[in-house]
Amino acid sequence: MPNPPGDPTARPDTDGPETGSPDTDGSDTRRPDAGGPDPVALYRTIRLIRRFEERCVALVKAGEIVGGIHPYIGQEAVAAGVCAALRPDDLITSTHRGHGHVLAKGADPDRMTAELMGRTTGLNKGRGGSMHAADVGLGILGANGIVGAGAPIATGAAWAAVRAGADRVAVSFFGDGAVSQGVVLESFNLASLWRLPVLFVCENNGYSSTATVEDMVAGSIPGRAAAFGIPAATVDGMDAEAVFAATRECVERARQGGGPAFLECRTYRFDAHHTWEHRSFVRYRTQEQVEEGRRRDPMDIQGARIAEEDRARVDDEVEAILDAAVRFARDSPKPDPSEALDFLYATGLRPRAGVTTSA
Amino acid sequence: MPKLGYLTALTRALSDELARDPDVCVFGEDIRVGVANVTKGLVQRFGPERIVDTPLSEQAFTSFATGAALSGHRPVIEFQIPSLMFLVFEQIANQAHKFSLMTGGQAKVPVTYLVPGSGSRTGWAGQHSDQPYSLFAHVGLKTVVPSSPADAYGLLVSAIRDDDPVVVLTPAASSMSFQSVNLDELAPLPLGVGHVARSGTDVTVVAVGHFVGQAVEVAEELADEVSVEVFDPRTVYPFDWHGLAESVNRTGRLVVIDDSNRFCGLGAEVVAAAAEEMRLVAPPRRITRPDGAVLPFALELDRAAQPHRDQLVTAIQQVCKENR
Ligand SMILES: Cc1ncc(C[n+]2csc(CCOP(=O)(O)OP(=O)(O)O)c2C)c(N)n1
Ligand SMILES: [Mg+2]
Repeated sequence: MPNPPGDPTARPDTDGPETGSPDTDGSDTRRPDAGGPDPVALYRTIRLIRRFEERCVALVKAGEIVGGIHPYIGQEAVAAGVCAALRPDDLITSTHRGHGHVLAKGADPDRMTAELMGRTTGLNKGRGGSMHAADVGLGILGANGIVGAGAPIATGAAWAAVRAGADRVAVSFFGDGAVSQGVVLESFNLASLWRLPVLFVCENNGYSSTATVEDMVAGSIPGRAAAFGIPAATVDGMDAEAVFAATRECVERARQGGGPAFLECRTYRFDAHHTWEHRSFVRYRTQEQVEEGRRRDPMDIQGARIAEEDRARVDDEVEAILDAAVRFARDSPKPDPSEALDFLYATGLRPRAGVTTSA
Repeated sequence: MPKLGYLTALTRALSDELARDPDVCVFGEDIRVGVANVTKGLVQRFGPERIVDTPLSEQAFTSFATGAALSGHRPVIEFQIPSLMFLVFEQIANQAHKFSLMTGGQAKVPVTYLVPGSGSRTGWAGQHSDQPYSLFAHVGLKTVVPSSPADAYGLLVSAIRDDDPVVVLTPAASSMSFQSVNLDELAPLPLGVGHVARSGTDVTVVAVGHFVGQAVEVAEELADEVSVEVFDPRTVYPFDWHGLAESVNRTGRLVVIDDSNRFCGLGAEVVAAAAEEMRLVAPPRRITRPDGAVLPFALELDRAAQPHRDQLVTAIQQVCKENR
């Protein structure tokens, strides 16, 4: 990556400190306001995700990413703000719309792109694709194809942190649609009952596919967590610094044994639910509604907080990173069909083939 | 003759049944807008009381449909992805399916579980590419996998009219298929009755769903070499053993192509039943997914984990060479 060491806006190396994460001893020198978010770093993460997603949409259109993606465009401040308040040893679970979370937690854009293009150099060696991108070494327990599925996984990981005597936390990202999944509500109960260090982050982007929150959610979203005795708040999900501040408070409490927390981040999905929508005639929101929703852009909000030359420099760097990532992915090998069932079992157990191999 | 698309056939079946029977209603996610292209236009015609968009609460709305069915409705539930059937397995296998026996025949649960787009969807990876028909057959759910637009129409209509819960899995690989049909001749097809999709004398190929068309193509390709009969059971469970025996007892040879996992899959059951009960002159073969397959994302791996027509060609040739 083209970042000189010591560059305060550099994305963290995979084993380096997390963007904007306050050091536990408070001696962080990487940002002006120690313990506060680095505005340039936040902008950088937002910009990286935005441009990554725009590239991916183009790669889907070009047929280089097969199967399509759920673009995260418009919601970048949530991933950026939350992950900036996390340490490298903290854990996250993500969703079908997971690229932003995975990148913000530090995944290598090269390997992420390679994963989406089905290459052996991908994060998951081409086995997972968009909806399953994971980097367990970075605490990314995976995007997930099933709505709500990550909440209990994060909760169990939080329990394991307590058992290990570690003060790490787990964060579960999910959408507004997931708050109607039984398993999410059941997880709230376990987390609260056992005071587990897990943060539930609900990205309320207004829609679950084509259905509006108003039509799908009885009561209120934070009210669901509050009903289980979990402190719940709503924050402006378009403002990365506000998300950062709210997350930091929850995470610090959780590290000290204060139990779970819930954040509803109000945001808006700028693009399609999934890229198939670009080719379909599905209509569930008007052009005016989309324009209204896009009026507040998390990239511009954070961009306005930093010096213009920083912004221009970060923009250039991000382009260079993504150019290199796409090149890396294109140059990487595709997997060998004979290895289709590799990794099916952790023990290496080989399943029988689907055809008779002996006469 | 007009061309009928596979998904349009499903839409037609739904709207015909909704029009015919006021007890029929449809539940599911994004069904008013119709993202799966099956329920489009239904809400305009039948109203929001009968075409109900649900929150993402699959377990609840699946048994909600059971409650409605116990009260006289005939709900159809559309599921967006096949793996959601794992999520609602309790509600289907342990609740809906067991009511009739456990109530001593007092209750019936006429719910149809419709999954438009089962199997690989090309690039949707591990959690969106399952083909769980053998699983439902195993627990005894009536399970239907239509292979053509006309069959999709006829089997879905029968599923809705059936007094038991019925799982209808329509392969993603069939979604784009079309067929020239006389629309007036579309009719319900009885559950549990297969048909010979192509007649032949040397070997019987059992194929399900999108593999029926592929098996017929393979049969044509091999026509100079061997006479292949293609048997489409249409319903996976209850299986048409009588129809199969009629074919296998004539040809004496059997190949099954089945998108299930190998272990305990439909292919295993068909081969076992034929070995026990039918007149085979050569060992049968099956082409399946591997044991316990999880479809990997990368296209070449996804394809490698699915049964392939080339494997069918080889299996037919092998079976025809062998003698007991
Ligand atoms: C349990 C489950 N139900 C349905 C789906 C199909 N599906 C995928 S994303 C989605 C909408 C999710 O909405 P939300 O949770 O608000 O997240 P968003 O897409 O807005 O990011 C649906 C219905 C699924 N993947 N898993
Ligand atoms: Mg949403």
